Amino acid sequence: MKQIAVLSGKGGTGKTILTGSFAVLARNKVMVDCDVDAADLHILLKPSVRERYDFQAGKLASIDVDACLQCKICINLCRFKAIDNAFKVNRIDCEGCGFCYHACPVGAVRMEDKIAGEWFVSDTKYGTFVHAKLGIAEDNSGKLAAKIRGAAKDIAERENLAYVIIDGPPGVGCPVMATLAGIDLAVLVTEPTLSGLHDMSRVCELTAHFKIPTAVVVNKYDLNTANTDMIQKSCAERGIKVIGKIPFSPDVCASVVNCTPYPEYSNGDIRDIIVNIWNTAQEMVLGK
Amino acid sequence: MIISVASGKGGTGKTTVAVNLALALGNAQYLDCDVEEPNGHLFLKPVITERKTATLLIPEIDESKCTYCGTCGDVCAYSAIAVLKPRNGGKGGIMSFPHLCHGCGACAYFCPNGAITEIDKPIGIIEHGASGDINFVHGKLNVGEIMVPPIISQVKEHIKPDVPVIIDAPPGTSCPVIEAIKGSDYCIMVTEPTPFGLNDLQLAVKVIRQMGIPFGVVMNKEGIGDDKTDEFCRNEGISMLMKIPFSHDIAVSYSKGEPIISSLPEYKHAFLSLYDEIRSVLA
Repeated sequence: MKQIAVLSGKGGTGKTILTGSFAVLARNKVMVDCDVDAADLHILLKPSVRERYDFQAGKLASIDVDACLQCKICINLCRFKAIDNAFKVNRIDCEGCGFCYHACPVGAVRMEDKIAGEWFVSDTKYGTFVHAKLGIAEDNSGKLAAKIRGAAKDIAERENLAYVIIDGPPGVGCPVMATLAGIDLAVLVTEPTLSGLHDMSRVCELTAHFKIPTAVVVNKYDLNTANTDMIQKSCAERGIKVIGKIPFSPDVCASVVNCTPYPEYSNGDIRDIIVNIWNTAQEMVLGK
Repeated sequence: MIISVASGKGGTGKTTVAVNLALALGNAQYLDCDVEEPNGHLFLKPVITERKTATLLIPEIDESKCTYCGTCGDVCAYSAIAVLKPRNGGKGGIMSFPHLCHGCGACAYFCPNGAITEIDKPIGIIEHGASGDINFVHGKLNVGEIMVPPIISQVKEHIKPDVPVIIDAPPGTSCPVIEAIKGSDYCIMVTEPTPFGLNDLQLAVKVIRQMGIPFGVVMNKEGIGDDKTDEFCRNEGISMLMKIPFSHDIAVSYSKGEPIISSLPEYKHAFLSLYDEIRSVLA
């Protein structure tokens, strides 16, 4: 079983469009959406939820005002400024560290389990899909991403599937790290803009740091061919293969508006390019 | 006045709106709080005059004072310290895992032997400078680090509220976004008229409403999708502040790191009207 994640650094470069395409093209796989705080892959895959789970993560302090002596020790110790002068804990700011709980001289602080979101195992016409919804203004997106990746891996092992295909979040922080730990291939989708190149370079540093095989796809490459050349040069210097260049096309936007994975929506040239990207990605992980 | 620019979905045009708004206003401050992938500097090309390491307090253990009592491990909610108590007359052991540490300080406070001091661990860099009359600050997370909110708050320590302050927020709806936009007087949500843009806008609206910050929407790349975003905003009573049509020229100038108002000066007026509208809403 091989795990392939689609990442980008910069948001909006086309991760979900490519992952949705892989859902159509790959056989024997489970799909996962690790962009848990702005998940979009379900819009293309149209899941029907089979199993639903609460995502419990971390704790939240709560102060019993009747027991409280108003000594303010908790307010003074809290590094996250989560307790106001009325001894009310701000749910958004509380990191669940429990400093106040341990320090309160009268035991007026309780630490409660926090439901930080929910996650689902769903059926789609493309196979099983594991996805999640982070609670509103919750943290722990990295833990939730790790949780659903783990669940998808279990399913793939149990059902003897060939691939776990992961739609990743933008950035290089906590949920990205949770997405790429231990994967077999990172496919980075970038665009020929200075921002796209800058952000891709940072993800390349990250995948190099974790020694994760990496491939690059340049989306909308014809928007600025000089920048596309710069991306190719930068990839060559890093020993990273550019496995596809997709031109800008209103047809691709139309497939998103139609909520349909591109290879199912159109039979044009871009479909062939994407098929080729998937085939190359497959060769890269199987050749290992 | 502090205006943050957020979006939910990445790549909708937060940096475009934030940079151009700052440039149109002039004599403003621009803070790039997308510390995982800061891009504002590519457009503003600031002269950096001050560099500071962004840090997180983590425990440093003086084993000569440690009795392996286990208190620090018990109070750490993140399993960032593990203590092996001495057994059969042998020596104990203690280990800290700085990557798991949130810097709450409980371990140092509760250590009965004063064996833990807190030291600064570098997690990124904060750069401060100017681009013409724009005061520029951005933070950059070191690749491989995960504690994003502390760098954002260290960027925000530079806020100078005597001029208009524009905060460029990260994408998403979780802790980094919240850290970036809290304390703002107004939040501009940038979206694009596609099902992805709309879905993520709806999530971001729930967050911003929970935070109680006044907000409005800027639609970027108008014309590439459908009209469901307009419909959503109308039904929810959300003001549509500005629309930027999808244009090949804008996309190309973006790709080169050129602000819209430099290549298409007629947009300066549009960004100034955007600011006036926000001011009149808040007045």
